[in-house]
Amino acid sequence: MLPRPTTHSKALGPGVAGPELAVATSAVLDRPPQPTAQRPLSGAQAFSVDPSLVESADGPRQHTQYPYVTGTSVLAVKYAGGVMLACDTLGAYGSTKRYKSLERIIRVNARTAVAAGGEISDFQYITRLLEELATDDYRTDDGIELGPREVFSYLTRVMYNRRGKMDPLWNSLVVGGVEADGTVFLGTVGMIGTHYTDSHVATGFGAHLARPMFRERQSDDMSEADAEALLRDALRVCYYRDKQSINKFQVAKATGEGVAIGKPFALETKWDYKAFAAPTKWAIGAW
Amino acid sequence: MATLTAGVPKHAAGAAGIKQHASWSPYDDNGGTTLAVAGADYCIVAASMRMSTGYSIMTRRSSKILQLTDKCVIASAGFQADMKALHKMLQSRNVTYQHSHAKPMSCPATAQLLSNTLYHRRFFPLFTFNICAGLDDEGKGAVYTYDAIGSYERTGYSCQGSGKDLMQPVLDNQLKAASPLLIPARGDTVEIFVITKEGVRREELELKKD
Repeated sequence: MLPRPTTHSKALGPGVAGPELAVATSAVLDRPPQPTAQRPLSGAQAFSVDPSLVESADGPRQHTQYPYVTGTSVLAVKYAGGVMLACDTLGAYGSTKRYKSLERIIRVNARTAVAAGGEISDFQYITRLLEELATDDYRTDDGIELGPREVFSYLTRVMYNRRGKMDPLWNSLVVGGVEADGTVFLGTVGMIGTHYTDSHVATGFGAHLARPMFRERQSDDMSEADAEALLRDALRVCYYRDKQSINKFQVAKATGEGVAIGKPFALETKWDYKAFAAPTKWAIGAW
Repeated sequence: MATLTAGVPKHAAGAAGIKQHASWSPYDDNGGTTLAVAGADYCIVAASMRMSTGYSIMTRRSSKILQLTDKCVIASAGFQADMKALHKMLQSRNVTYQHSHAKPMSCPATAQLLSNTLYHRRFFPLFTFNICAGLDDEGKGAVYTYDAIGSYERTGYSCQGSGKDLMQPVLDNQLKAASPLLIPARGDTVEIFVITKEGVRREELELKKD
């Protein structure tokens, strides 16, 4: 086989052979080391950094191991003709309520909405991935869009792929929408790729606080008004008990007519319950 | 983090409450129990449909059984995301096999493929506990049971997953004369695949939703 000349410049670095070294003759190999970009003209050793000197005490550089700005629970239920998603608008920096008007629900296309809890910057990256998918659908211009099930399937693979690289996207995602045939879809995927579909889902604190309410009150053929009332009650409970939440919420609906993301609103709250003032009054042995 | 914990042993750092951040694990245990019983010319496979994490139920209706062909199914418990990835991969390998050989993969061949697939990931294992079951080349019931890294053997019956400690003694005690209806099960629903030469039949058995 003929040696294939490369287009690389020798200046690119060691091990990148230019046309000269592609054919290794003794004339090239036996001559003394020549000055290169890496080897100074003075003939001294090239400047290099001993990796052990710059290594941090924790060992080599690591991927994201913990989140910075986070969103809390996302709640969602199916109802007659669609799916409704809800969450608050807080981006918390640790326990600081840092960003109070973050919208954590996005419209992917006419049939699909995605909501996220967890690291906000990771969600913004995911948003960009989904925008690319939607743009691709638009450019193809055949009237076909990804359905919610397909968006969900894609996201499960993205999340699982990144956990496999030990560099997870620190999010819990909820995907809701209506298929072309009118089937209502609702699913959720976590940061390590665990995923499922159900009639109602909730991430984070919501899994403990809201899902018991959903199990009692949700049905797939409930009215839109009932679904919204249920979500508002669930949001209120989450707000009472989750310190990393604020009283500013968004509700989004995905129906056959499209995706509608509502304006932020606040809920009526009541803090003078006697049980709030003396929470352990009837809990003997508590402090 | 580096300055605070430098020189402090890991366990001491935890005890002193120095840990500052949420941490994560690439694995989870999503529970679930699977079992399979081989007969002379049939095979019965069942799996619970609950998916849980810790004390929380994520969903009451998620299938753990992959039907690859008319003569072979795979039931898996353990980490759901690994399980789905494994099932997706085996499904696609099965399709490729059919394109190459114009016939579905036999149950013993699938069993060997599953073992190889699991061992391929020896140093970042798939946290799944599998049973491959169906009819072998002679039409006899076959049950293959695995550990997470691909060790496997053919047995007459097997169970895996969170309920195996309760179930295996019952199987050992009862399955001189097989009747899967005697098997104690918890969870939301059991899906049961009965594999005979006529094909695969799926049934559901409702359990206490506690």
